[in-house]
Amino acid sequence: MVKPTEGAVVTQQEPLKKLAEVRDLNFYYGHNHALKNINMPIYEKKVTALIGPSGCGKTTLLRCFNRMHDLYPGNRYEGQILLGADQPRNLLEMDPIEVRMQIGMVFQKPNPFPKSIYENIVYGLRVRGIKDKAILDEVMERSLRNAALWDEVKDRLKEPGTSLSGGQQQRLCIARALATDPKIILFDEPTSALDPIATVNIENLIVELKDQVTILIVTHNMQQAIRVSQFTAFMYLGELVEFNDTMSIFTKPVEQKTADYVSGRFG
Amino acid sequence: MAEGSSSIKTNLPLVLPSRTARIWRERIIASVLFLAAISSVLITLVIIYILFSETVIFFEKVIELDQMSLWQALLEFFTGTDWSPLIEPLGIGILPLLSGTLTTCFVALFVAVPLGTIAAIYLSEFAPAKVREVLKPILEILAGIPTVVYGYFALLVITPVLQKIILGVQQFLFPGREEWDYFQLPGFNMLGAGISVGLMVLPYICSLVEDALQAVPLELREGSYAMGATRIQTALSVLIPAAVSGIVAAYILGFSRAVGETMIVAVAAGLQPKFTFNPLEGAATTTAFIVSVSLGDLPHGSLEYQSIFAAGIMLFLATLFMNVLGYFLSRRYREVY
Ligand SMILES: Nc1ncnc2c1ncn2[C@@H]1O[C@H](COP(=O)(O)OP(=O)(O)OP(=O)(O)O)[C@@H](O)[C@H]1O
Ligand SMILES: [Mg+2]
Repeated sequence: MVKPTEGAVVTQQEPLKKLAEVRDLNFYYGHNHALKNINMPIYEKKVTALIGPSGCGKTTLLRCFNRMHDLYPGNRYEGQILLGADQPRNLLEMDPIEVRMQIGMVFQKPNPFPKSIYENIVYGLRVRGIKDKAILDEVMERSLRNAALWDEVKDRLKEPGTSLSGGQQQRLCIARALATDPKIILFDEPTSALDPIATVNIENLIVELKDQVTILIVTHNMQQAIRVSQFTAFMYLGELVEFNDTMSIFTKPVEQKTADYVSGRFG
Repeated sequence: MAEGSSSIKTNLPLVLPSRTARIWRERIIASVLFLAAISSVLITLVIIYILFSETVIFFEKVIELDQMSLWQALLEFFTGTDWSPLIEPLGIGILPLLSGTLTTCFVALFVAVPLGTIAAIYLSEFAPAKVREVLKPILEILAGIPTVVYGYFALLVITPVLQKIILGVQQFLFPGREEWDYFQLPGFNMLGAGISVGLMVLPYICSLVEDALQAVPLELREGSYAMGATRIQTALSVLIPAAVSGIVAAYILGFSRAVGETMIVAVAAGLQPKFTFNPLEGAATTTAFIVSVSLGDLPHGSLEYQSIFAAGIMLFLATLFMNVLGYFLSRRYREVY
């Protein structure tokens, strides 16, 4: 178990700002101890990738950030996830709805709501009680442009979101998450249900988005982690084995487990 | 390892059952299954044939008795507002029975649709697992109560309560009159019967709507919560639109059951055919007429006997129409996820 190496932080050009920090996080599905003493920083306007073999707890960790585990009985968190650069608050003790309003999520399978494209995008605003058509229109267009979907759908905003292709649906879900201007967007294997071209589109989009928003992404594809992320956390059996900048993780990993995994020897 | 796998191989049976025996067994099983499937279709066709042929006899008799043409008889049947095929002069207008059926159904749905939907949303989205485990079986028991019980419940409980409420409201609004000057709800009325029919179909609607909500994929539910939505926002703006085909099907099924309901309305709404859409009056529904007529000894082939089939065919067409409508509505909304 290696603490984040200070060296990684120094090699970066611009100063890094911690937007969130996981401290001694343990998570239990009932009696199943799924996350063990996780410590890691989340840097602002960077992409952080979570990698590791199946069942190691990547999804579990990701879903702690927006308190998705609260939806089901029997789940228990211990420890802290501090959110905010200046006056950090432990989001595990905040109102889950308040947390989810600041931290968006894009799921593995595109999940547009059974509503028009327009209504899908403004859903988060409607949930917050915003009714002003001018604001809705403006946010809707900006989010679709940011998600590189505007040109494809601008003439069919009234059509159902489900009428789009899989890759378009996933960008619709990204636009929906962007619309509420979250601090962090969580991606859980966002391209695993998509074809290679749609995958490249989403990856390019993530690279562009990191200038506006902090991103945490779970991926099984190590090439993808290299392409899109600046930091990588390698997890194994519920523990965080190594956290470092992505280049270091893939070129000179400190731990033997990490070296074995990134070179494809297991997992 | 190699030894282990070879010893597993030798344990496999080497003698398969004979091929012809297997083929014959499959054939026999397939034909038994086919007979079971076809018999329900055949029985339905036979019922429809009997309904139609007996209805034709009804019209033949009417034409013979009243000396009118077939067209006059049909016109009278569909537009006449007097249904008295048992007493001279004959009234063969089906509208009083239809108005009775529609009014009680409307009252029933007015009760069952909102209550059933709200209860289903509660059960599916809000109730803790323990509460759901207790409430779901209770709903199923409610659905199993014989409907005649609901009929007497309407007659002996709902109607007296309604009578008190209606009188009380009038006394409050227009005080100072003698009690008999106010409108009195008759003991047989479609409001009480309709409410009771509504209570009878409530568990069906609730249970089916709950199933439809539960069938909404988890990703949609989580997607909505991930946007910061509350439970009620998720239920109203994501789950209900996603489940709309199942919900519409639940309403249609509830309506079909309300249309076909017999004992409640026969007991609680009265047996006097009357062309009215006012639920405060008593009136016979189509089904109530059929039981009331068939309670006595009916000579086979009499006009009374035939009139049952003419009323029955209207009932058949009404439920058929609703079921077809439900089929198309649920098809229409199916492609949402
Ligand atoms: N709802 C749950 N209840 C109980 N245990 C669970 C639940 N979900 C996951 N787990 C367990 O928690 C551990 C971590 O699961 P998680 O889904 O986080 O893995 P993952 O790293 O995302 O795997 P994958 O790469 O296959 O998606 C696994 O051992 C899994 O069996
Ligand atoms: Mg996962």
